[in-house]
Order: sequence, then structure tokens, then C-alpha cells
Amino acid sequence: MEEVLRVEQLSVYYHTSAGPVKAVERVSFRLHAGERLGLVGESGSGKSTIALALMRMIKPPGRIEQGEVLLDGQNLLKLPEEAMRRVRLAKISLVAQGAMNSLNPVKRVRNQIEMGLRDHGALPANGQLAQVTAELLDRVGLRPSVAGMYPHELSGGMKQRVCIAIAISLQPHVIVADEPTSALDVVVQWQVIDTLRRVQQELGAAVIQIGHDMGLMAQSVDRLGVMYSGSLVEIGGTRGVFSEPLHPYTQLLIASLPSLDGKGTLHGIPGLPPSLLNRQGGDCPFHPRCPHAMTRCTIEEPKLREMRKDHWVACHLYDDALSESPRVGAA
Amino acid sequence: MARREIGMTAILEARNVSKVFAAGVISKTETVALERFSFSIGSETPSVTAIVGESGSGKTTLVRLLLGLIEPTGGEVLYRGQNLARLSRTEQNGFLRDVQTVFQDPFEVYNPFYKVDHVLELPIKYFKLADSKAAKRDLIERSLEAVGLRPDETLGRYPHQLSGGQRQRVMVARALLLKPKVIIADEPVSMVDASLRATILESLLKLNREFGISLIYITHDITTAYQISQDVIVLYRGSVAEAGNAELVVPKPEHPYTRLLVGSIPLPDPEEPWLGEHVLGTPAGGLVPTGDSYCRFYQRCPSAMQQCVESAPPFFLTDPQRVTACYLYQHAPAVPTTELSDVLKSDRQAVPT
Repeated sequence: MEEVLRVEQLSVYYHTSAGPVKAVERVSFRLHAGERLGLVGESGSGKSTIALALMRMIKPPGRIEQGEVLLDGQNLLKLPEEAMRRVRLAKISLVAQGAMNSLNPVKRVRNQIEMGLRDHGALPANGQLAQVTAELLDRVGLRPSVAGMYPHELSGGMKQRVCIAIAISLQPHVIVADEPTSALDVVVQWQVIDTLRRVQQELGAAVIQIGHDMGLMAQSVDRLGVMYSGSLVEIGGTRGVFSEPLHPYTQLLIASLPSLDGKGTLHGIPGLPPSLLNRQGGDCPFHPRCPHAMTRCTIEEPKLREMRKDHWVACHLYDDALSESPRVGAA
Repeated sequence: MARREIGMTAILEARNVSKVFAAGVISKTETVALERFSFSIGSETPSVTAIVGESGSGKTTLVRLLLGLIEPTGGEVLYRGQNLARLSRTEQNGFLRDVQTVFQDPFEVYNPFYKVDHVLELPIKYFKLADSKAAKRDLIERSLEAVGLRPDETLGRYPHQLSGGQRQRVMVARALLLKPKVIIADEPVSMVDASLRATILESLLKLNREFGISLIYITHDITTAYQISQDVIVLYRGSVAEAGNAELVVPKPEHPYTRLLVGSIPLPDPEEPWLGEHVLGTPAGGLVPTGDSYCRFYQRCPSAMQQCVESAPPFFLTDPQRVTACYLYQHAPAVPTTELSDVLKSDRQAVPT
């Protein structure tokens, strides 16, 4: 499959008076054309920071420390700001977290769709704007009359679909959806994800879907990356990650999910997520909570390695299995 | 089914409670937030009841009514048989001790300028629960330990120094200090990380099992509702759609709305289908309500009939432990809405303790 996006060794720190908060630490992954990749993690795991870094929208005190974001072979982190502005929306677009609040409350939907087109010089010829807008709204399952409405006249699910319509207005290759359904009811959540999936397939665009809900990931992405404390600790095909989770954190996370298959005892993950402040590195970030922690975990940070075909894990438990031919690199 | 004896006074009871919000001065628009809701928490067997609903279902209105924060427009909320609005000062004090709440947002309930000790000391001071400093400390430590927190790691810190999960458990510990009979937990885990949710729910369940406290668990998440409660009440736009034993309502939902709700849960298993709206199919359409009484779900329901828009369906007792407010089940005997608690209670008596 053709690769549209490659992230190499990306690190993002927030520089605070108490020291650098290492929100994302040397994260590497690839995204293929038309693929849906999920990034799952708890709050503070760095998943939203990755979304912003891909768009190059990290604001001070945050800073991209190192790494490459290659979109169709072009390193976005090296582009001048004006060139990057032209890439956003046209080639890589963002459906922001809490997108219901990302619409301008005093502008009609029509004008908000028009704005993006105008900025990118893609405004259709006179008289055709209404038709283009109607087509975009139709793609996300909204009536043409929505174009004349203000955001407050729309429900949460409709607002989120307007955001998707804007995100696809220039037919980007990559759509980054950061918690696209976090504030929505479960039925509406299904509608929004169903819409996102349909338009993404129609456009042939790849999607990076970021979230914390393992259930939602199981049902909506092809490949899943698990973030912990700023690092990618496991990445692989969604089925493989769920049927044979390799990293102890992934295993505990899946075991902690309540199911409908019968009542059982609830298993939380003991301990607390670590502070990202002044993280020294040199150890596995999960070792204080890990039931399998060994001495090695406290002195050496495990690298992401391919344990099974297209299923990568960063954990010392698999050192022996991998000792013959370790493949280290971007998953 | 025998009507409940008047002598067995419930601790907290909603009797045919309705709440209508009116807005506008010239042309009044009325919103029915809750319609003829009846429910009671007895004093005999501690129970765990989940009230499940999406936004707009009336669950927040119900919490505020049960706490006496707002007054119903119809029916009454009773604490030990007394209307909440007419409690004497002593009864009011008793109510505040017996009925405790854990709110949704573990960030906003704290004053950031005080250490977390403050929220634990206040109720002790207000209700004079301890007569010495040592007794106070002991009481606080025991309740923190009961919810799985280490006092030395928790006390003396400011709210921002604790995680969301820890802060939420401090609130559970605070509720426990007063040895309440009922804890109303309003979306206690919706703002907490996945890995910590199970721990908080586990600490709430422990209060039920070890301290005999009844729980009312208000949530939009039918999966956790199923996991922790004996009974589930499903609300849709202010009315009860279906209610009964959790083992019936969630795995084998009857009401079309409950079926939609259960079918929309993204299960954490890629092999399971995620049907969402495909569970139901196309709404029937073409129906217009003839009056104020109609099934609130008719517009989205594929099985909607003329009957559904002529009068709201009553509760049909489809199982000794479940009622469903839907005409699809009209072959089953109808029961008055006020008898919901008796239906819910039947399973508790059946289970030997």
C-alpha cells in the first residue's frame, strides 16, 4: 500500500517554569493511503499533542524538538509558514477536539465552508458556491438548508458533521480527527463515525483517529497505536491488538473494559499515570504499574520492535523472542 | 401485585414526579423534563439502581429533584415520608446526612485554594461527627482507606496535585464520612480516564456491599450501568422507556429505544458488529400526535402505530422483574407507573443475601 504520511522520531515538549514537559517522545509511525489509524491513550499520554504537531499547530510554550513529518514525501516541519498554511486543509485537515465549539457562532455554516475555500483560492465560479456547499453537506448527510443556519441552531452531532464537511472541502489526503465524538451521546456517536468512515472511503483519504475509548477504536480503525506517557508502546492491526495484545498496558487496558457478556469484577489498572515533567527517560514509563516489571525495565527504555508481522511493541518481555533479528524503526 | 404498605417508609421516594420548565413571557413554550416518575429507595435492602439516559432524557432534572434543589411541578419527592419542601430543621439535617451526592466533575467541586483535607473536615465540623482532633483524623483516614486511598499520600495536598481519579475517590470518601443511607452518583466516571474508571466504580460498589449504602447511579453509559447495578431504568425524553433487572434489560432489551441504545455501544471487540441505527431500520413516519399524551419515541421508531400517538403507552409487565412502556408488548399486563419500585424490588427479595 502506498504510504501517505510518515512520522519519524517526533518529540514535542512544553517548556514550563518547572522544566520541560515531554508530551511526545520519539514517536514514529506510518500511514497508508485510505487507511484508518487509531491512536489511543489516556489524558496526558500525548495523543492530542501529536494531532497538533502533525498540523504544525503547536503553540509556545510547546515546541517540536525533533523529528520529521513526511506528507507525500515532503517534510512538513521544514516548510516555511506560508507554505504550511497552504498544506493545511488542502492536504492534511483537522477535525478538532470539541469541534462543536470550533465553529464561529456568529457566521452561517455557508460562510464558514466558504472561508476555507476562499483562503486556498479554491472558490468556485460565480453562482456555483451554493451547489458546492450543498454537495459537501450532502456528503455528510445534512440537508442543503443547513448552509443558511447558525451553529446554535444545530445539534452537537450536526455541528460535528459540519466540521467534517469543512475538513473534506479540499479533498485532503489525510484527515486528523482528534476525539471527534467525545461529547456526543452514543447513538449520535455512531452516526458521526459512520459519516466519517463513509466520506473517507469516498475520498480515498487516510484518517488518524485519536481517542481514549477502546470500544470506539475496535469498531472504527484498521490499525491501532497505543500511547502511554508520550510514547507509542504498541501498534498493529486492530484485530491483532485486541485478540493478542502484547504490551502489558494494552493487556490491562483491555481487561479493564466493562463488557456486556456477563457481570464480572471490575479490574482497574493499579497506580497512576506518571508525570511527564522532567521525565528522564532511560526506563520503561510503565514499569511502576506493570505486573511483569523486571530490573531491566528500570534501567533501559524498550524500543518499538516488530514482534509479529505489522505488530510492533516496546517491551522487554519480548527481548528473548526478538534477540535473533531485531527490527527497529518506524512501524 | 400488592401495593406497598404505608408503614414501610422509604428513605427517599419520588411519587409521580413531573417537572415542566416554562420559558417565554408572551408565548409560553413548555418543556417536559420529567413525566410522572415514581421510584423509591427502601430502608431494608441496600440496592444499586442505574438510571440511564442520553442528554435531554431528564436524568439531571431527576437528580436535582431528588436532592431538593428544584421543586417538582407535579407529584412529590419524599424523605422518610415527608415532602422535601416541608422538612423541619431536624429533618433537613437528617436528609443532608442520609442522602449524599458524588458529582460528575471532580475538578469543579474543589476550591483550589484549600487543601483536600478541607472538603473532608467541613462535614465533620458541620455535623459535629468528632469531638477531638484525633477522632477527626481517625475518621478521615478510615474513610479514605475505605475507598482505596492512602491517607499519607492524599492529605495535605492541593486538589491540583491529585489525579482526576483520586479527586473523585476523595469525594466518595467525603460522602462516606456521613454514613449515608443513599448515595446519588451523577456520572461519577464520565470525566475520568479509562484505566481509573473501574477503580472508582469498585469503590462505590464496596460502599454498597460493606456499608449497606444504596446507590443511585446516573449515567449515559449502559455498559457500566449493567456492570454495577441490579436494576436499570432507561429514560427517554423524560419518560421511563424500560426498567427492570439489569440482566434482562441490557442483554435482552425490549423497548426499541433500549435496543437502539444497546446496539450503539461500540464493543471493544473488532469481531462484534457495531450496528447503531441499523438495529432498528427506517422510522415508520406519517404519524401525528393527537394530544399531549403520546410515546416520546414515535418519530424514530420503525414499529410506531396510530396507537402510539394517541396515548402514551403504560408499563407492560413483560417479566416479573421488568416493565416496558411500549405497545409492542401490550399482551402483557399493564401496571401503574407508581408500582415501578415494587417490580424492581421483586428481584432483590428473590436473591438470598
